[in-house]
Amino acid sequence: MLKDVTFGSYYPARSFVHSMDPRFKILAVIAYIVFIFLAKTFYAFLPLLAFLAVAVAASRVPLKSVLRSIKGIIFLLVFMAVVHVFLGGNGDVVEISGVKLQFWIFSITYSGLIGALFLMCRLTMLVMGTCILTLTTAPMELTEGIERLLAPLKYVKFPVHELALIMSIALRFIPTLMEETDRIVNAQKSRGADFESGNLVKRVKAMVPVLIPLLVGAFRRAEELGDAMDSRCYSGAKGRTKYKKLRLTYRDAVGFIVISAVGAAVIVMYCMLPALL
Amino acid sequence: MNAIEIKALGFSYGDVPVLHGVNLTVEQGESVCLLGRNGSGKSTLARLINGLLLPKEGEVRVFGMSSADKDSLFEIRKRAGMVFQNPDNQTVASIVEDDLAFGPENIGVPPEEIGERITEALAAVGMEAYRRSTPTRLSGGQKQRIAIAGELALRPDILILDESTSMLDPRGRKEVMNVITRLNREKNMTVINITHYMDEAVGCDRAVVLSGGTVVADGSPQEIFSMGARLEEYGLGLPKAAYIAQKLTENGLPLPKGIFTAETLGDKLCESFQKD
Ligand SMILES: Nc1ncnc2c1ncn2[C@@H]1O[C@H](COP(=O)(O)OP(=O)(O)O)[C@@H](O)[C@H]1O
Ligand SMILES: [Mg+2]
Repeated sequence: MLKDVTFGSYYPARSFVHSMDPRFKILAVIAYIVFIFLAKTFYAFLPLLAFLAVAVAASRVPLKSVLRSIKGIIFLLVFMAVVHVFLGGNGDVVEISGVKLQFWIFSITYSGLIGALFLMCRLTMLVMGTCILTLTTAPMELTEGIERLLAPLKYVKFPVHELALIMSIALRFIPTLMEETDRIVNAQKSRGADFESGNLVKRVKAMVPVLIPLLVGAFRRAEELGDAMDSRCYSGAKGRTKYKKLRLTYRDAVGFIVISAVGAAVIVMYCMLPALL
Repeated sequence: MNAIEIKALGFSYGDVPVLHGVNLTVEQGESVCLLGRNGSGKSTLARLINGLLLPKEGEVRVFGMSSADKDSLFEIRKRAGMVFQNPDNQTVASIVEDDLAFGPENIGVPPEEIGERITEALAAVGMEAYRRSTPTRLSGGQKQRIAIAGELALRPDILILDESTSMLDPRGRKEVMNVITRLNREKNMTVINITHYMDEAVGCDRAVVLSGGTVVADGSPQEIFSMGARLEEYGLGLPKAAYIAQKLTENGLPLPKGIFTAETLGDKLCESFQKD
């Protein structure tokens, strides 16, 4: 069960978006996030939504998988929206059949309601956009992309290669450690450990006998992995070659045109149109 | 030139002596199993051969290169690959292909050639179909074959296996042993197999026994398993077939000496029944 929870859950498929250069995809997502924050009106969301729709369609990832990504943050979304509704607004207080929705320092205002809705839209779009990146880019490609993008930092002695290697090893070990956690939890349960009942403190305490063996195990693994890497002649970034070359293709050019158009549309709306709401 | 040449080797972890006066010569293409009870220093010896540990006394030479010589260390590790016990702790990447590329990348092989090496290594372990798979989703035996392939991608001449089959189920163990045997027979790979399975040891050309920090016996597996009481002293058992034959002989069904595999046991049993 825990084994199935993989970071970003890559969706293996062959598609236009899958075959794009990870470097471009990372930059495009960063641009997309910037555009989300430049969009100050609901109208400005339209080009972004269109972009999302096109990206999902071109990625061949079922919409269900993309939507599932929101499930994980639904609690956060609702929480932020509620806080915003009560505290974020000023101006007219909402009246329902003559009753003002106001209590002590809390009041529900129209601007608060709209602000909350706006916030939710923004966050949803943000999460969906980044998810398309992780769904269509294998973890290794992602770290590869990050490594290449950060490459210039090598000149200021920033350990780019080491960082990328650490990331890819971490990603590689997530399922292994999840599986181990499962195993330890089951072992403790079979000895009568109780993880489900009691208050929070009690439950956190119950996790200690799980975390300690997990940690000890992780150190032992790290040591063995270090030996295995040494025996495969690892000695840092110096003199290393790269098997996979990243290549920009026409797909990235198309992607660039699309994201530029989206950006232009958002910026036009940002600068030209008066705030409609 | 000998593949491995160990002379008067001594090693200790801090003050704790582990090995002393170890002499051992292994020729290219030999398959040697290294036996001994837990803590007898087998893993330490393996690490010394691979250059993961350096000798405190004496020397270890791999194809003439001394591991004490810093400049040869890389070359030694390239030519003597090592596969460890836990199949989960030896892969660095989430995709088989990327993992196999790790070794060649480290030694600066040009990208085009890395692809060829991966194809070749996967073929050698019979895992061609898994090039784009995720190691964590594979079975133990498959993971261990990928770990072997990871070493093969460096094109080594020696393969050291440190209890690499001990965490596998019988099927996985068989898969791995088949690969190892094939590499030894067909590619003339020198194999050092550290194992607790006496049945694996029977299949080797030669068995070396470590006890009390030094080599106490060195010979064909048949010789080693005919040592009688000394076996127990070194913490070793008999291969299953040999054990059964011994028990039968002791209990009134005399069988000839020299039965070490299930096949010969079966043959001899049939013969002895036909005689009756
Ligand atoms: N890293 C280490 N530090 C200190 N002592 C060790 C270390 N590794 C092994 N030893 C000790 O060295 C001895 C030999 O260990 P090892 O070579 O692992 O034996 P084997 O593989 O035959 O079981 C054991 O007594 C063990 O406790
Ligand atoms: Mg050992």
